[in-house]
Amino acid sequence: MSKKIGKQTIAFRNKPSVIGFYSVAGMKEGEGNFKDYFQMILEDDLLGENTFEHAERRLFELAIKNAIKESGCKDEDIGLLISGDLLNQIVTANYAARSFNIPLLGLYGACSTMAESLAVGAALVDGGHYNNVACCTGSHFSSAERQYRFPLELGNQRPPTSQWTVTGSGCTIISNKPSKIKVVNATFGKVIDYGISDVNNMGAAMAPAAMSTIIAHLKDTKTNVEDYDLILTGDLGKLGSEILMDLMEHEGYKLGQNYNDCGQMMFADRQKTFQGASGAGCSAIVLNSYVFQKMLKGEYKRVLFCATGALLSTTTVQQGDTIPCICHAVELSVEE
Amino acid sequence: MDIEERNKKYNEYVQAKIPKTKNFPTLIYAFVVGGLICCIGQGIMDLLMLIFPTMSVESATAWMLIVIIFVASLLTGLGIYDRIGVFAGAGSIVPITGFSNSITSPAVEFKREGIIFGLCAKMFTVAGPVIVNGVAVSIVIGLIYLFL
Repeated sequence: MSKKIGKQTIAFRNKPSVIGFYSVAGMKEGEGNFKDYFQMILEDDLLGENTFEHAERRLFELAIKNAIKESGCKDEDIGLLISGDLLNQIVTANYAARSFNIPLLGLYGACSTMAESLAVGAALVDGGHYNNVACCTGSHFSSAERQYRFPLELGNQRPPTSQWTVTGSGCTIISNKPSKIKVVNATFGKVIDYGISDVNNMGAAMAPAAMSTIIAHLKDTKTNVEDYDLILTGDLGKLGSEILMDLMEHEGYKLGQNYNDCGQMMFADRQKTFQGASGAGCSAIVLNSYVFQKMLKGEYKRVLFCATGALLSTTTVQQGDTIPCICHAVELSVEE
Repeated sequence: MDIEERNKKYNEYVQAKIPKTKNFPTLIYAFVVGGLICCIGQGIMDLLMLIFPTMSVESATAWMLIVIIFVASLLTGLGIYDRIGVFAGAGSIVPITGFSNSITSPAVEFKREGIIFGLCAKMFTVAGPVIVNGVAVSIVIGLIYLFL
């Protein structure tokens, strides 16, 4: 039986399962709406390191180490670490992997990396190539700011469409051992560019990519929006989510109460982040805390996790290019 | 529908949907904070001329500028100036204190990459264009002045 269904979706017939997960959240995130769900909240965004890049590496190490511990495995049981981040040459993933005696597969999907790594990891476990894999991603507000935007201490104002890069890291362990949460299938997204060039409006740039992947997934799996308890996009933010709902409605799909966005949910209004959260860590820490915990409790049975990413670099932005975006979707379900 | 047309329509739709900056309150904040910075500068200058009665207006201006540039730089290092900036916007960017902030902040930020290639090389990433424009405009005006 073919493992590919429809045009873009791959099915995991052997149902790889999530046996461990862990999230580490920054200080600001720890004061937001998910403060009761994160397994670890930092007390110092530098983690005692000299630079924010070092701090980001420590975030990864903490997430991976604790996720492995939670899963009941040892380092040597993990066949492969699949990891990526936002910094140039994915240095965080590469450098953090030095601390583990585990082979690394580095990947880059900008803020969609959590879904991308889950999909790749689940495929490798489903194919019988590995028994256990660790999928990790994250981001750090301060290292992302200095790479993509302005120095932290510059007294500029953020535009009302801007989002706040999450400090945090999440890791999921996928295994062929049975457990409650299964990875059912995954839809890899196409690169979509609707001509948005404003780097301070990522939600609008990424919403069409989310639409494309969600519709592709629904068509491939012959399901409807109502079949899911939760359809969760990565970091579209408030504006991006509204745009996605409009776009989907235009295509004849109505996203209702079961739709939400990690970026939109992350921060409380008083935290003044305008459109909400963004960054690879955004969807990673929400998935690896809130979503999996709710699934274990049985509150969500079928979840479509669609992490969105903007595939830009500072050079392409300065050369006036528009922003290509991508979205990968992973379907998770609870099976007793 | 071809892609160009689709993108144009989408951009128009997004433009109509994005929240706009509330002009009126931000104007007031910028006016008050910018005005306050200028008043402080004037105050320092008056004080200098009061203490040193023989000081010329030119040298009092120079000393005043040195003082407020130093203070803005210090506040940047202490992490206070960017908080003023979030509130005041152009009010704290346009005066010379904003220029001081735009040079100090990358210096602080990139110090971690070393003194030469970090601090020195990156110091003018924000203020550089302003300096280049200033020099270019002054050359043009100087030439006009020469031939008039």
